[in-house]
Amino acid sequence: MRDLTEISNPYSDGKIIDSCSIFGMMDTSGKCFSGKDITKAIGNMHFRGNGLGGGFAIYGLYPEYADYYAFHIMYLSKDSQNQVESFLKENFHVVVTDEIPTQPTPAIINPPLVWRYFLEVDMGKCVLQEPDDYVTEKVMQINTCMDGAFVFSSGKNMGVFKGVGYPEEIAEYFCLNDYQGYLWTSHGRFPTNTRGWWGGAHPFNILDWTVVHNGEISSYGINYRCLEQFGYLCTMQTDTEVVAYIIDLLMRKHGLPIEIVAKIMAPPFWDDIERLPQDERELLIALRQVYSSMLLNGPFTIIIAHQGEMIGFTDRIRLRPLTVGVKGSMLYLSSEEASIRLISPDLDKAWIPMGGEPIIGRLATENQKQFITGVTEVRTGNKLR
Amino acid sequence: MSGNNTFSLKVEELSHRALNAKLREAVANGIQRIELREVYGQRYIGTDLNKPVQIEIYGTPGNDMGAFMNGPSIVVHGNVQDGSGNTMDDGVIVVHGHAGDITGLAARGGKIFIKEDVGYRVGIHMKEYGEKKPLLVIGGTAQDFLGEYMAGGTLVLLGLNLKENEGHKARFIGTGMHGGVIYLRGNVEDFQLGKEVGVVEPDDNDYTVLQSAVGEFASYFDYDAEELLKGKFLKLFPLSSRPYGRLYTH
Repeated sequence: MRDLTEISNPYSDGKIIDSCSIFGMMDTSGKCFSGKDITKAIGNMHFRGNGLGGGFAIYGLYPEYADYYAFHIMYLSKDSQNQVESFLKENFHVVVTDEIPTQPTPAIINPPLVWRYFLEVDMGKCVLQEPDDYVTEKVMQINTCMDGAFVFSSGKNMGVFKGVGYPEEIAEYFCLNDYQGYLWTSHGRFPTNTRGWWGGAHPFNILDWTVVHNGEISSYGINYRCLEQFGYLCTMQTDTEVVAYIIDLLMRKHGLPIEIVAKIMAPPFWDDIERLPQDERELLIALRQVYSSMLLNGPFTIIIAHQGEMIGFTDRIRLRPLTVGVKGSMLYLSSEEASIRLISPDLDKAWIPMGGEPIIGRLATENQKQFITGVTEVRTGNKLR
Repeated sequence: MSGNNTFSLKVEELSHRALNAKLREAVANGIQRIELREVYGQRYIGTDLNKPVQIEIYGTPGNDMGAFMNGPSIVVHGNVQDGSGNTMDDGVIVVHGHAGDITGLAARGGKIFIKEDVGYRVGIHMKEYGEKKPLLVIGGTAQDFLGEYMAGGTLVLLGLNLKENEGHKARFIGTGMHGGVIYLRGNVEDFQLGKEVGVVEPDDNDYTVLQSAVGEFASYFDYDAEELLKGKFLKLFPLSSRPYGRLYTH
């Protein structure tokens, strides 16, 4: 990987007006589609990024291996690959090993080796532990203890593809038109506090959770020290990583629903809490007390995804943009409305949600036909053209 | 491209640099009317044309539409994103849809009419000097921080899509306000207002301003201005022109 610190401002612009771009789309009926549309949509926000990070997360990606953990690992050298592969063999049943297909793309220079493994947890080794915890522990072990190797995707029936380049270039490099999924998220990066590198591109992932983020988590220090106590180690040099681990901790391990998690990460102000009915007030006070170290401070818009669900929300005073579009069973979340309309011109609805209000798309089930929530609480823009 | 002093263009995936270069060239050639179709997020439309040209936009223009604009009239058939009318000097923006965050930020002249709702921090730090007074009229409701740090100009919030007895929900309205005026049709609670804001019933002079502003709004969007003016209006004004003047003195 080349050193990018010298070229992070290639035109020597006095003022750079970039910001990150994020885009997510989900067919809540579960129908799968290729990466063509999302590449076009995120590519339309080219000017928000600067080519130092792009990436995609795809769900419903590996139906033929849906029961196995799919690891995507980037290596800086053959040596690190050999080291990690023997570690994987010691700790997992390795079902399939292959190099992730790529095609020559002029803009993608000196990429790392990127390999994919379908793994089954060795139950002989995973004792007194949930398989998910075992996998998390092994991911942390590789990322912190093995030089030149990073696991950047570790979930089942999903995968992350990312690297240094504009997102549309990353899509071309990883041949994403050849993949199918029912839920895609993507990100174009404008690195602010840390340099651009392959592991620092979004989405960030642990197990099947992914996060793409526009903004800056200024509570990073508090968040990561708190997460360390729960065994999560931050290795990607980027604030967004903490969001992925907070989500995994709160939703998977503590079993909290996203509506509550949103109130932990973007809580209402104290004076707003005081005006609420007693039971609601007590709940929100308790959340702020118990989970104060999980509060995200600073500007952010994030799209969180895991199997069957896509969630978008912003910080409570919306210092970064988020627009929602709905067309039939499709839910779109984007930094800019224009990108949604480029691939779906005749939306049923388009609106801008309130800060901190989560917009949730869920796979429809027979019992639950109302699969896109947030719509009823919309306070703005629910009428369109 | 078509005749009669009209420049017509299907924009699609043209970059904002290429599009704005075409517009500058067209205006330099004496074009008076511009029609842009299939606009998808191109920024800064109308920024540097500096002539009173008419611009019709079909689609979703990008951020900072009409930024620093001096003269053109833009009509958008669709929604606009963030930062429309940023530091606008003169001209008109009419949006047949909703508008995103910081619409009209730091505007120092010109008029903006939004048919539906607006996002956060709309009208932030609008200002005025002498005859230059920006006007921003919003048909729907607003999200938080409306008129934040407002230093001048007139902001009208009509709340036409609110239900009977439903108040505006925006918080922090006029926080840091130290100039200009906000006319608000419908209800707000005290806790929704910044502490630098006073509330009174509009007087006759205020209604003269409102008649003109609401009249122009109604003419663009086919409303009956008389009906709109029958609603209950509140006037929000700054309690001080230098709310923090003493903060740094000693």
